Amino acid sequence: MNLADHLPALQVALPLLTAPLVILLRAGFLAWLAALIASLASLGLAILLTITVLETGTQQYAVGGWQPPFGIALTVDGLSALVLLLITGASSLALAGGRQSLRLDIDNRRAPMFYGAWLIAMAGLCGIAVAGDAFNVFVFMEISSLATYILIAAGRDRRALSAVFKYLIIGTIGATFYLIGVGFIYMMTGTLNFADMALRLNDVIETRPIIIAAGFITIGLALKAAIFPLHIWLPRAYTYAPNAVTVFIAACSTKVSIYVLLRFNYAVFHGNLLGHSDLFTVFIIPLALSGILLASAIAIYQGNVKKMLAFSSVAQISYIALAAGLASQSGLMAALLHMFNHALAKGTLFLCVLAFVLTSRSATITDLHGIGRRMPWTMAAFVLASLSLIGVPGTAGFVSKWYLVVAVMEVPGWGIPLVIAIIASSLMAVVYLWKFIEAAYYGEAPNGETGTMEVALPLRALIWVAALSNVYFGLFPQLPLALAQSGTGTLLGGLH
Amino acid sequence: MGANTLPVILLLPLLGAIGIACTARWPNVRETVSVLTALGLAVVVFSWFPEVSAGARPHIILSEPLPGLTLALSLEPLGMMFACIASFLWIINTIYSIGYMRGNREKHQTRFYICFALAIAAAMGIALADNLFTLFLFYEILTLSTYPLVAHKGDPKTIASARVYLGILIGTSIGLLLPAIIWTYVATGTTTFTLGGIIQGNVPGPAVGLLLGLFVFGVGKAAIMPVHRWLPAAMVAPTPVSALLHAVAVVKAGVFCVTKIIIYIFGVDFLFSQPSAQWLQYIAAFTIISASVVALYQTNLKRMLAYSTIAQLSYVIMATVILKPLAEIGAAVHIAAHAFGKITLFFAAGAIYTAAHKTELWQLAGIGRRMPITMAAFTIGALSMIGVPPTVGFVSKWFILAGAFQAENYLAIFTIIASTVLNAMYFLPIIYFAWLAPDAPDVDMNHGEAPPAMLLALGVTAALTIGFFFFNQPLLDLESQLVESLPL
Repeated sequence: MNLADHLPALQVALPLLTAPLVILLRAGFLAWLAALIASLASLGLAILLTITVLETGTQQYAVGGWQPPFGIALTVDGLSALVLLLITGASSLALAGGRQSLRLDIDNRRAPMFYGAWLIAMAGLCGIAVAGDAFNVFVFMEISSLATYILIAAGRDRRALSAVFKYLIIGTIGATFYLIGVGFIYMMTGTLNFADMALRLNDVIETRPIIIAAGFITIGLALKAAIFPLHIWLPRAYTYAPNAVTVFIAACSTKVSIYVLLRFNYAVFHGNLLGHSDLFTVFIIPLALSGILLASAIAIYQGNVKKMLAFSSVAQISYIALAAGLASQSGLMAALLHMFNHALAKGTLFLCVLAFVLTSRSATITDLHGIGRRMPWTMAAFVLASLSLIGVPGTAGFVSKWYLVVAVMEVPGWGIPLVIAIIASSLMAVVYLWKFIEAAYYGEAPNGETGTMEVALPLRALIWVAALSNVYFGLFPQLPLALAQSGTGTLLGGLH
Repeated sequence: MGANTLPVILLLPLLGAIGIACTARWPNVRETVSVLTALGLAVVVFSWFPEVSAGARPHIILSEPLPGLTLALSLEPLGMMFACIASFLWIINTIYSIGYMRGNREKHQTRFYICFALAIAAAMGIALADNLFTLFLFYEILTLSTYPLVAHKGDPKTIASARVYLGILIGTSIGLLLPAIIWTYVATGTTTFTLGGIIQGNVPGPAVGLLLGLFVFGVGKAAIMPVHRWLPAAMVAPTPVSALLHAVAVVKAGVFCVTKIIIYIFGVDFLFSQPSAQWLQYIAAFTIISASVVALYQTNLKRMLAYSTIAQLSYVIMATVILKPLAEIGAAVHIAAHAFGKITLFFAAGAIYTAAHKTELWQLAGIGRRMPITMAAFTIGALSMIGVPPTVGFVSKWFILAGAFQAENYLAIFTIIASTVLNAMYFLPIIYFAWLAPDAPDVDMNHGEAPPAMLLALGVTAALTIGFFFFNQPLLDLESQLVESLPL
């Protein structure tokens, strides 16, 4: 076995083992550097894994050589590769761009602990993506959640404490629901391994514990994924977290929960439970629909850019849920693509907000009036990412929206109303984004300041790399398409 | 020339925009870059004319983001004409803008020229689009790049108007045009512009009318009522913007899109046979008449011109939906005719504003005696709007009427005659007052002509308005290919 075969394990082990080392480093700068290097290395691993998966198919890894179903199995397929890219990419982006911002937000003495928690959070999220059994998913979910609570509460804004408390309570309920569901399934099938579970469920099909388990798991994960109306923890957590943390978690953490949701509902339940997909559709689509419309509408009335983008995230997550709820091949394709593309757009947007806050020390729209004239480069990147979020052609957002609409049009009878809802929400996105853009370019600066005051060149360059990736993946979406296709294949594999 | 050089038409103005940004510190250099870019673009575009006129249809695929959905460019008669008009008038407009922006000491001139270059790049992209997806992409870029131009002044009133502009154009394009494109794609599996159309046999009869509605109202830039409100709102922009963008690039992009969609997506013959698609001519007729009536009541010169534009745009739509060969030629020629006439009128309005700071109609009494060149050009433009020979407006009206008789479409004939009367009713009094009436009381009359750069520009377009009446053969030859290649 050469090193390349250990990639799935390294993906988790590397950040997990670097975390204690980071804590030992005294100075904030060194800790940051170490965390960044670990994060970039993880990104490198994720890229290697993606290439391997695309070339040779699903990677199976038995920890310690113990073969599943007895040992711990790690499975990396196209779907996990997609999620891994998101996690490590978002973490690298947030760390690389967040140095200055984090130095202001985090007490220097506590900085090593903070970066340690960051790496643990990343390791946990990666662990969820590679875990091949339901219980390890739970373990990694707890690891990542606990570390994320620390990250969100680490800033100087005291409102983050109440926000994170809410998140803690709801997140724990979600995780508990999930665990209850997994317990029921274990009771009935005697296995925790996803692949094994999918096979054995056939024998206990239509028994009450299994149906209850499906309900618990779906609702528990919907809580963690912030599917409307279970999103109430999200806006405040995103708003009051340190800006760099927001970049990180907004781009990937809810996506990881959706990943588990999809894996359970499709790869495990879909092929076995009679009528499960109908039930799933009936459950998820009304929620998604109301999320798409209401969260967008709420976003319009926000006075804080971060909160506005947070509500926009709720709406965008609902898009993913809607697409996934269609239970069709094109729908899943759209869901997976949108996971990727939304992460690109939202990551860029929050990074721009981070830059705004760096120079003007506030994220409320009234304080950011005229920021477009003062920070022309950053603001232009914000506009570009906004276009992607709206779904203007030529940007990544358009590709997934196109797939979404095409998938929705296939639904007999409901196609047109759903398309209208999607369009209405896109138009609302225009309204809330343009409200800010207009104020940024034409608003009167609050204290009459003029003249440019851009952030440092490296951060600006990073922002533009992120913004241009929105355009690149809009014109050449082959990579996310290939991953989404492979992921869709895995998810629907159980359907025969 | 190989089709590989087609992207040059898009890249040239983009490079120009970068050049303008880099030379922001030296206004003279910056303006030189603007003019040179405009000249270069026109040379490149016109060099394609003989080839396309001879029947060549260059075509290139730039990227394929989704299977069956490509970013592709091609040149065909309609697009060739639009590209020629827009690129040629850009040169004149650049010269005029320099005079206007300096004469009025406008701020943010660099931003202005950059956005202008981007808007032209987008207009070129629309002209060259080979399919609906490419068209939509550049359509949105055009909207976004013109927004800063409309909002140029930056005061609350301007911002509010710019918001109407953006809201209607983005709203209709995402809300109606995009679903129409996706519907077309789902129904036919392609969005490529194909002679004879792609809808036939793929969309059931009654739905054709609905799809047509989504397309026609989705292209908000065509300003068919009731999605016309953005056009008067956009008049808060500096006059060169109103001139090039709201007489040529933006609104012409609108009717160009509609015409192209009707000819290449629906197919003229197919649409003619669909009863469900007949409503469009009534809407067009209604827009022509009511916009003309509204224009009659305007007291602000630019607003009057805006409503006149709305009516003239629906002429093109009306001519297209007469769905007869002569009328299709008329539609194409009217795009050109109205462009020359209306840009002259806007240039004149801008010249009056710069030299005399007058914007209202009543202030214009006797102004012809002080600004003879400007008002002479204005008169020529107005006559072209009415359709009096020897102006180019007559040529297009001739073809449209001929097509209407061919189709025995009495609605169209009546509408054209009635609106000609209305046009005369709101333009002729202005001409009369400007030249012959005594000076308006309480108005400062101590001013002379506008700056030479502006006079040069409006002189050229006025001369073209007349010249085109005599020398329109190359354009007619080009556009008759549109008809010959149509299955008649």
